[in-house]
Amino acid sequence: MAVATAPSTLPLGKKKEFGQSYWSLVWYRFKKNKLGVLGGIFLIALYLQFVALPEFISPYALENRSNFVEAPPTPIRFVDQNGQFQAPFVYGLERKVDQVKRLRTWVEDPDRKYPVRLFAQGDPYQLLGLIPMNVHLFGIEANQREARIFIMGADALGRDFFTRIMYGGRLSLMIGLIGQFLTLALGATLGVISGYYGGATDMFVQRFTEFLAAFPNIPLFMALSAAIPAFWSPIAVYFMLTLILAFLGWGGLARQVRGLVLSLREREYALAAKSFGAKDRRIMFRHLLPGTMSHVIVIATLSIPGMILAETALSWLGLGLRPPLTSWGTLLQDAATVRAIRFTPWLLWTIPPILFTVLTYNMLGDGLRDALDPYSGR
Amino acid sequence: MQTNLSPTAVAQAPADGRETLIEVRDLKVEFNIRGGVVKAVDGLTFDIKRGQTMGIIGESGCGKSVTARAILRMIPKPGKITAGNIYYHRRRRLAGQQTAPTETNVIDLTTLDPDGETIRQIRGGEIAMIFQEPMSSLTPVYTAGTHINEAVTLHRLLPIKTLGDQMAEKIMQYRHVTREEARDIAVQMLRRVGIPKPEQRVDSYPHQLSGGQRQRVMIAIALSTEPTMLIADEPTTALDVSIEAQILDIMRELQETANMAIMFITHNLGVIANMADEIVVMYMGKQVERAKVVDLFYDPKHPYTKALLQSVPKLGPKTGQRLASIEGMVPDPLHLPTGCVFHPRCPAFMPGKCDQIVPRWVEAAPNHWARCLLYEE
Repeated sequence: MAVATAPSTLPLGKKKEFGQSYWSLVWYRFKKNKLGVLGGIFLIALYLQFVALPEFISPYALENRSNFVEAPPTPIRFVDQNGQFQAPFVYGLERKVDQVKRLRTWVEDPDRKYPVRLFAQGDPYQLLGLIPMNVHLFGIEANQREARIFIMGADALGRDFFTRIMYGGRLSLMIGLIGQFLTLALGATLGVISGYYGGATDMFVQRFTEFLAAFPNIPLFMALSAAIPAFWSPIAVYFMLTLILAFLGWGGLARQVRGLVLSLREREYALAAKSFGAKDRRIMFRHLLPGTMSHVIVIATLSIPGMILAETALSWLGLGLRPPLTSWGTLLQDAATVRAIRFTPWLLWTIPPILFTVLTYNMLGDGLRDALDPYSGR
Repeated sequence: MQTNLSPTAVAQAPADGRETLIEVRDLKVEFNIRGGVVKAVDGLTFDIKRGQTMGIIGESGCGKSVTARAILRMIPKPGKITAGNIYYHRRRRLAGQQTAPTETNVIDLTTLDPDGETIRQIRGGEIAMIFQEPMSSLTPVYTAGTHINEAVTLHRLLPIKTLGDQMAEKIMQYRHVTREEARDIAVQMLRRVGIPKPEQRVDSYPHQLSGGQRQRVMIAIALSTEPTMLIADEPTTALDVSIEAQILDIMRELQETANMAIMFITHNLGVIANMADEIVVMYMGKQVERAKVVDLFYDPKHPYTKALLQSVPKLGPKTGQRLASIEGMVPDPLHLPTGCVFHPRCPAFMPGKCDQIVPRWVEAAPNHWARCLLYEE
């Protein structure tokens, strides 16, 4: 998109806004919204951390089991038992069985010290699925059988829970994006068609969205998820779930787009496009749809967290992703029992990243909403 | 392709040597709305010749715009062409073709599928239209250049090569213009309509252009496909007077260079006097008078036209007179008066005649037609 640049001699402020394209105006306004920018930066960081680089950030491989079953979070220490300040280290763990309570516990063994290192060697992996590496962001110098670092504890199979949260974020965050993309494609297309043609088409699309909206959600999810064959590979299940979420979510968007198109199609530019021999398809998607985009982007941004939460909820109910796949929803399943909350409360560490993701999306969405209407008063 | 030969058109030698382009014959457009049927256009008959400017004047709501849209088959939803024909003498003129095509194909536009391929080729490609509101006629998300490119890529064809030189007839092959060529055309068009710095303006968004510039861009879009006719639906109503004059100059100039017919719709008598060769006066969907521009202004026949001409405010020393207006109100389109629709407001009302007899379309003077009982024997 070419931008007619204003001469540099113009003073800043209002004058600078003149002669810029719509998107540069949006960017200009978005930059002024601190919270929105913060949300955007956090989101980029989140996606880098959880989607691009979980292998590097987490100290172990996803399915690396150990004997440290349900070990609590390992404290990273700077002062040893002699009171001397040292580089960060962890103590080795010793298994104790409380005979009275009939409980297995883990206690620190002050005789064994393992220094914590940045860029430690560890399990081999492929960075971004391409570059073979074995360097992790942090780790301890120790035989994996002897000692491990669990900054968020370990689960029932002795796997590092921090690692699992990192990997789980990949599926959970991606399902939000992919699902929302599909929702957008479906909702915008049907909304434009419905609004532009009106009449019977409109009637059909609108009644269908109403039908979907009126249908009780959870039973519908259950029915659709139950329809996924059990022998399908986890990845196929994952994509089916994305499709299901998109299929159930497009109605609201379609209605919003339809409403906007109903007013836009009466604008003279739609008539002008028609008078120049444009086909309906061209008028709909080239002339009308872009006019709804600023609105649609905001709605989409604000409803991605809904998608993520829906995945989490479904997986938690056992209707979504299934255990060989690790997502935040399946991780929450581990924490779903009273026993887990009583004895392994660190399994609730899944919740903060979910909260944080939802909040950042809302911050970004609000920032975009203000910015995408550059001619509004504020 | 639907081709109907119009009985009147064949071998009709026009008086002024110009060939017919559009023949509208007894056109009727009706809107079937809840309260009844509105006859938006009722029995309209006129011809437009190549290179000629046909003016259509009348009050708001008299059916001027509906007529224009009927020609392009773009009547809004409840409206329908219920009778009549619009014969379009089509010559597929392709850009780059040296000799003017002589083969004429007469198409009845009223029989075409309004969403079909043929009418879409004609829209924009052969009959272009510009609108009253330059502010809203451009899609706000696209630059001026993009708009022109769109029309150009849809309609304009360039010759690739000539086949069969040895044969009696040459066969030309055509292709659509490329992106770069379209951009060049866009810049040229903007220059032709008098936009300063067209190389930069081509990348301007509609909100960066003034009203006059936007209307120029609209004209540039319309002309970029080299149409044979331009329908200008009140193109200068939303512009101020000085810009109006510039736009009219541009249109006249381009008409002369491109030999394009213009159907000029307006309610501004001053503008039409400047622009048109021939004028149709409409009232409540009916044409009440048709004449050459000079005849109409110096010797109006129909009382409505007379009243219309009197109600034009005149510049000059203050005379103390009130501005003349036409008596009465525009009738309710659902309950039109009997007889002549203008009779309740007519100064020449003849009781017992005008409210009962529907006047016929008669030649009141040579080449000067009117629909009024005053001229019927």
